[in-house]
Amino acid sequence: MKKNWWKILCVLLLVYTLVAGFLTEVPRLPILHETIRNQYFHVCMWFSMMILFTVSLVYSIKHLAGNKLMHDTIAAEAANTGIFFGILGLLTGSLWAKYTWGAWWTNDVKLNGAAITMLTYFAYLVLRNAIPDEKKRGKVAAVYNIFSYVMMLVFILIYPRMSDSLHPGNGGNPAFSKYDLDNTMRLVFYPAVIGWSLLGVWIMTIQIRIQQIKNHIDL
Amino acid sequence: MKSAKSKQNTGLPTFGYIWRIRNSYLRYQSQVNMYKEVKYLIQKEILLEWRQRYALGGMILYVITTVFVCYLSFKNVIETNAWNALFWIIVLFAAVNASAKSFLQENKGRLLYYYTICSPQAFILSKIIYNVALMLTLSLICFAFYSLFMGNIVDNMLLFLAVVVLGSVGLSTLLTMISAIASKANNNFTVMAILAFPIIMPILITIIRLSQNAITGTDFSFNLKYFLVLFSLDVIVGILSYLLFPYLWKD
Repeated sequence: MKKNWWKILCVLLLVYTLVAGFLTEVPRLPILHETIRNQYFHVCMWFSMMILFTVSLVYSIKHLAGNKLMHDTIAAEAANTGIFFGILGLLTGSLWAKYTWGAWWTNDVKLNGAAITMLTYFAYLVLRNAIPDEKKRGKVAAVYNIFSYVMMLVFILIYPRMSDSLHPGNGGNPAFSKYDLDNTMRLVFYPAVIGWSLLGVWIMTIQIRIQQIKNHIDL
Repeated sequence: MKSAKSKQNTGLPTFGYIWRIRNSYLRYQSQVNMYKEVKYLIQKEILLEWRQRYALGGMILYVITTVFVCYLSFKNVIETNAWNALFWIIVLFAAVNASAKSFLQENKGRLLYYYTICSPQAFILSKIIYNVALMLTLSLICFAFYSLFMGNIVDNMLLFLAVVVLGSVGLSTLLTMISAIASKANNNFTVMAILAFPIIMPILITIIRLSQNAITGTDFSFNLKYFLVLFSLDVIVGILSYLLFPYLWKD
């Protein structure tokens, strides 16, 4: 129980998000109407992805510094889970776009940035598969991971601020839009972020354990 | 080493003072050595390239042929979007080929030899400088032939040339590093292409936007933020490459 309290917290928060997310009142805004509830899902996916990719970066750097195989495993599985959440984020965003902007995909800076980030990390997976030797794989993948992370920061944080976008709250400040921070959505949104991030970390830990078992079997 | 508290007043230099002089001399010496290493490595690159000139000629021919093919298909491009896009596609593919060649043509034996004689920083620095020079030459040649065949519709020439220069520097630096990473994956050109294209996107998007503005003739102050982004991307990529290459080096 001592080690797993956060998993129970995760489940509770997610149940709360799902129930309260669909039942509580939301502000009526033009274009968005009820679809603003997607914020509890779509934005949280990107938060989880950012957290997982940061974990991946940190463990990549640790692997380069110390050369422990465990660090490389953590970095790889964090990137895998991050990619999964990124794909979910793209899918939820696409669904949201269909009902607010009328198309599954638009020519928007943030969308392009997100898609290219996904491509970058897919290339990371391809690179990992292309190197059979374990020790070399870890180091080369770590170097590429650092590059991908820097480029991701450029794409997701810098470019949207430089130009206008269809995303709500953009044209200047893409982080948190002005309208949702001063009403009841906050009550569901913050727990949702924490819940989805915990879920991401949970999935990552399970993946790490599976990978460790695979490593043991191979040895 | 004597501590600061027990200072002698003999008038002679203390041990700590001599140690500091020795350290700064060693640092100076290592910097001088690095400079010499880089210089010799660049000379070696140029010599090797010159001995097998066909590679260089191949790249220039590739650029000219592609420009000619574009000319045959389009005859006369008036739309700035298309002109810009075609130019940068040609430059991008020339850059990928040129940088891929730099690492992928070295076999294991030669790399091992380099490992024994020079430091990784000197090696990557020499590769980057050589590739940057090569890419600058290629892109300027490309621009010359492109304006010859497809017409020169650039309004703000100085800005466009600045974009070409900064962009080539950034592209070649990043592609050299990606080529170094891909060379560890069994010298596969496909892996290099897969790795390169997503990561090159920030630089490429900034270049395209800037050059589009240069063609339509906006002035410099409007584009300053893009220039800053491009310049800082170049610097970041350069520093990252310099710091991370030693980890790739230890085979």
